[in-house]
Amino acid sequence: MNPGHAVTFESVSKIYSRSTGRKLLRSHVEVWFGRQPREPFYALNKVSFHLGHSESVAILGANGAGKSTLLSMVAGLSYPNEGRVTVNGRVAALLELGSGFHPDLTGAENIKLNAALLGLTRKRTEYLFDSIVEFSGIAEFIHEPLRTYSTGMMMRLGFSVAVNVDPDILILDEVFAVGDQNFQARCRDKVMEFKKSGKTMLCVSHATTTLHQLCDRAIWLDHGQMMMDGTAAAVIEHYEGRSIAKAGG
Amino acid sequence: MAPALTSRWTGEYRFLIGNLLLKDFRVRYRNMSLGFGWSVASPLVMMGVLTFIFTRVMPNKIEHFPAFVLCGLVPLNFFSLSWLTGTVSLIDNAGLIKRTTFPREIIPIAAVLANCLHFAIQIGLLLILVLGSGYKPNIYWLFLPVIVALEIVFACGMALAFSALDVYVRDTRYVVESAITVLIWMVPIFYDSNIIPQQYRVVYHLNPIAAAVMAFRNILLENKMPAFSLVSKLTLVSVVTFTVGLLIFRRLKLRFYDYL
Repeated sequence: MNPGHAVTFESVSKIYSRSTGRKLLRSHVEVWFGRQPREPFYALNKVSFHLGHSESVAILGANGAGKSTLLSMVAGLSYPNEGRVTVNGRVAALLELGSGFHPDLTGAENIKLNAALLGLTRKRTEYLFDSIVEFSGIAEFIHEPLRTYSTGMMMRLGFSVAVNVDPDILILDEVFAVGDQNFQARCRDKVMEFKKSGKTMLCVSHATTTLHQLCDRAIWLDHGQMMMDGTAAAVIEHYEGRSIAKAGG
Repeated sequence: MAPALTSRWTGEYRFLIGNLLLKDFRVRYRNMSLGFGWSVASPLVMMGVLTFIFTRVMPNKIEHFPAFVLCGLVPLNFFSLSWLTGTVSLIDNAGLIKRTTFPREIIPIAAVLANCLHFAIQIGLLLILVLGSGYKPNIYWLFLPVIVALEIVFACGMALAFSALDVYVRDTRYVVESAITVLIWMVPIFYDSNIIPQQYRVVYHLNPIAAAVMAFRNILLENKMPAFSLVSKLTLVSVVTFTVGLLIFRRLKLRFYDYL
């Protein structure tokens, strides 16, 4: 444990055997008897890095590069097969907005349920309730069932609850595409506020312009391997150069 | 070894479980014209048909046979429903488990607790039927909550163990369904526990659902305290099941993310 770092990855690998997808008794028995999993697949391969407190880092990479796997381990949702992950501080992961929302509950009921799931206490939820509703900008429909909401409204509600968890480390996975332009601007303001107040941030997005604005540093992953770790500007430039070169043949 | 998944979750268990139960309750009744009335109506229908069959069509030597059968069906129904909904609860909530870090134990436990309201209503109706059959309340009724609590503990233990297994081997739910079919006959519902041959009695005593049924009958229909040996075995099996269930769950939950 190094209190100087918010997140530490030490030679972290996440291995899936290709049969993991099949929930069959046979594959479990084979593993129990020590048979090697067939065709190991490295979602992450010996990745190491440190994140200091109040650093904001972009994770770049094509689909399947290991970005989500990396975020899931920072969030404490999954564990590495090899190496070690250390996280100091409270993490809020905005991986998919509104997970846990139920269409038959009203907006207000969903706020409470979602807040409880994300780890807010009852007192804090009551205290924050009005500002969550206010931020979402859908006060008018807050007592209507969620199934009557548009997708954008649902996302706005999800974002509003999640940003109020007050984390030390904020994980953002492609959540800038929320709502209309007006709401997107508000989200960006809120995230900038986080950044200014010295929180650690990990962002995944394919919108490199947004990443440029938000992040100082970037990590580029490709097929589970760390390709580059450096300033956001430098890594984004290389990443985009490489992508275009690939596309060009 | 990896730290517990709960380490980064700072919420309140009571607030979260309360919200999950409220959600279940609201979702179940909000779109029903009869709403909460169904919780009373469906057991009433069951009791009505039982009473009709066992007094008019197929009268039985056992006194107050409808009440006798219900003393068996009420604990059994609660357990079967809890075990099955508990077993599939993790898969049903896969989205939550992949995205939020709340303690996973809460999911199967909340699934079991969600059935408790129905259990309470059915017990209430059973008590009314017992009183209607001419019995008087006795001091041993105070034992009912103890028996009920032990059965809930047992159901939670089974739900924890089997929900975790169901994530890894999806056949688990069908194993549970078959086991419930067997259980219906391995619990003395339609027959008196006295007719069980001596050599099999220990099996019944160690089956918490059979034990709960026998204790219900002792208290409600025989006006006596449930046998000490019965209650002690019920306690032992329930507590051991819960502990083992929790241990299995703790061991298996580390890889839920990879299998859901």
